[in-house]
Amino acid sequence: MTAPTGSYASRLTRKQPPGLTTAPGGGTSVVHVTVIATESLSKRFPGVTALDRLSMTITPGVTGLVGANGAGKSTLIKILLGLSPATEGRAAVLGLDVSTEGGAIRESVGYMPEHDCLPPDVSATEFVVHMARMSGLPPSAARERTADTLRHVGLYEERYRPIGGYSTGMKQRVKLAQALVHDPKLVLLDEPTNGLDPAGRDEMLGLIRRVHTDFGISVLVTSHLLGELERTCDHVVVIDGGALLRSSSTSDFTQATATLAVEVTDTDRHPDGAAALAAALAGAGVETEAGGRAPGAGRVLLLQADGESTYDIVRDTVAGLGLGLVRMEQRRHHISEVFRSENSNGSGSSGNSGSPGRPEGPDSSPAGQNGGGRDAA
Amino acid sequence: MPPETTTAAAAGTAGATRIHNIGYRNYDGPRLGRAYARRSLFVQSLRGAYGLGRSAKSKVLPMMLLAVMCLPAGIIVAVAVATNADDLPLKYTSYALYLQAVIGLYVASQAPQAVSRDLRFRTVPLYFSRPVERVDYVASKLAAMSSALFVLTALPLVVLYAGALLAKLDFADQTEGFGQALVSAALLSVLFACVGLVVAALTPRRGFGVAAVIAVLTIPYGAVSTVQVIAWEQGSQAAVGWLGLFSPITLIDGVQTRFLGADSAFPGAQGPDGALGGLVYLAVVLALIAGSYFLLMRRYRKVGL
Repeated sequence: MTAPTGSYASRLTRKQPPGLTTAPGGGTSVVHVTVIATESLSKRFPGVTALDRLSMTITPGVTGLVGANGAGKSTLIKILLGLSPATEGRAAVLGLDVSTEGGAIRESVGYMPEHDCLPPDVSATEFVVHMARMSGLPPSAARERTADTLRHVGLYEERYRPIGGYSTGMKQRVKLAQALVHDPKLVLLDEPTNGLDPAGRDEMLGLIRRVHTDFGISVLVTSHLLGELERTCDHVVVIDGGALLRSSSTSDFTQATATLAVEVTDTDRHPDGAAALAAALAGAGVETEAGGRAPGAGRVLLLQADGESTYDIVRDTVAGLGLGLVRMEQRRHHISEVFRSENSNGSGSSGNSGSPGRPEGPDSSPAGQNGGGRDAA
Repeated sequence: MPPETTTAAAAGTAGATRIHNIGYRNYDGPRLGRAYARRSLFVQSLRGAYGLGRSAKSKVLPMMLLAVMCLPAGIIVAVAVATNADDLPLKYTSYALYLQAVIGLYVASQAPQAVSRDLRFRTVPLYFSRPVERVDYVASKLAAMSSALFVLTALPLVVLYAGALLAKLDFADQTEGFGQALVSAALLSVLFACVGLVVAALTPRRGFGVAAVIAVLTIPYGAVSTVQVIAWEQGSQAAVGWLGLFSPITLIDGVQTRFLGADSAFPGAQGPDGALGGLVYLAVVLALIAGSYFLLMRRYRKVGL
């Protein structure tokens, strides 16, 4: 983890409103270097091992917890909230032991569940005020914090309407707001982008990033999509089958998984635009592979981005061929690809979406189109 | 707006804008913890049981039932005052028995509201991820429902008592009857709240909850009173007493007949059989309350997070 402590402390101090005499951030001068620490934490149910000797430390910042469904993410969150005793091992949240100080942990931690949890017949304001009071905030503070928090998550006039009429994106914001309303030191977000469209996902991820950068609250966010965590998190922890698979800062992951998807139009001169581009890129020293065929759309090429220059090469090559560039985007990877690249010694081989007909060579020419499976996004 | 204030207003607007953009503010005020949260949940649930803090539509039924509960008391009092009667035409303790259908309807409509909403929309985990614990949640809901029922059953008694005093009936006599009826109303409220919440918490579907609570309150009563009549016709007075154990309202009837000077509504108006019968009635009521609490705690162990 790169230099979290210093920046964290200084940012807390800087955040204070100038007129305030009591220092909210600086007053709590104990900056926890580890937000969450587990030590050979295990949880066994009859017949199932949900967590298997999990040892890790999580530092302040935005941390992604990645794992397939059933990997033990929810079990871990339950233990961290002090709601479910571990079979063996220890865990501490904000320096408090989960087995004995659960109440104190829950007072300074926010939790956003994966599932729907909002009653439809009350307004967002009423609901969040009630939840703030359940966290121990006095009535006037609860109302004030609710108004502030709902504004910060981007709910304005609609917050007085019943939640039943909200879009999925707005509901997710209310769920986030109830986790933040008591100004916790740490929030646990369980699959916050579930059910959102791509634009909604991006907004939610930006909001999560702001929870840390602007609000100074550490975040543990779970997902089964590694790609979206890459852009949001400082650190990513991957668990599988209840055991720690990998824990590293995001830049390590990004290097292994920065794959670009490029889609171009066909022209009269180049009836098969993708093939022409693949050939031209091969000439420019960029290896591509066929990335599948979206229904009704052009063909997609996948290539490894080795920094900014790759984007320029693609742009110039497309322009040189006179093709139309439909899209060029970073691919979101499914978690299984990390496992695959782990197995193949992490040599940056991830790319294809797991279609069985993956071409042999990386510089697949038109023949590679046959290997197109389903779209990875 | 007068022109001379324009600059001030502009400055004010600028100031407002600056405040608007102050960014995130940390909260460093008091955190009042578990006991406060429990109290807040109790108050919110109690208000909710009368539709306060909810939509106008949800106020209609509880308020209407409260009015229906009080209306006969008002009429009785009016008649007593107008006719200069020597005594009220019924005992305080009998009032709840006469209007048990209204009480049943109230439990059926409000108990599911109190618990099935949180279950159905899965709000319960949000409580348990806060300082609130399972026992706080269950205790708050039970206390709120019991208090709401006590308001429903005690308010008409207050009307009766006030009317009786206005009609210049015997003060000591009336106060004794009123006091006994209040104790009985409290016991009835707790028992009905427990039964209602346990049944309502079984299902996240509100409609099922309403139907189930009505069924649990009326079917045993119908069965018990029918069999009691048959037993009485057959001349077995003891059986009448023991049969009353099997429905909530006859349980209350038995307890208040034995201990609170009430007239039993059982056929033959005898109530439970002797002192032992009375104790058994009381024990069953207390066991039902304790059992309901235990069942609710078990239920919420499953649904928490």
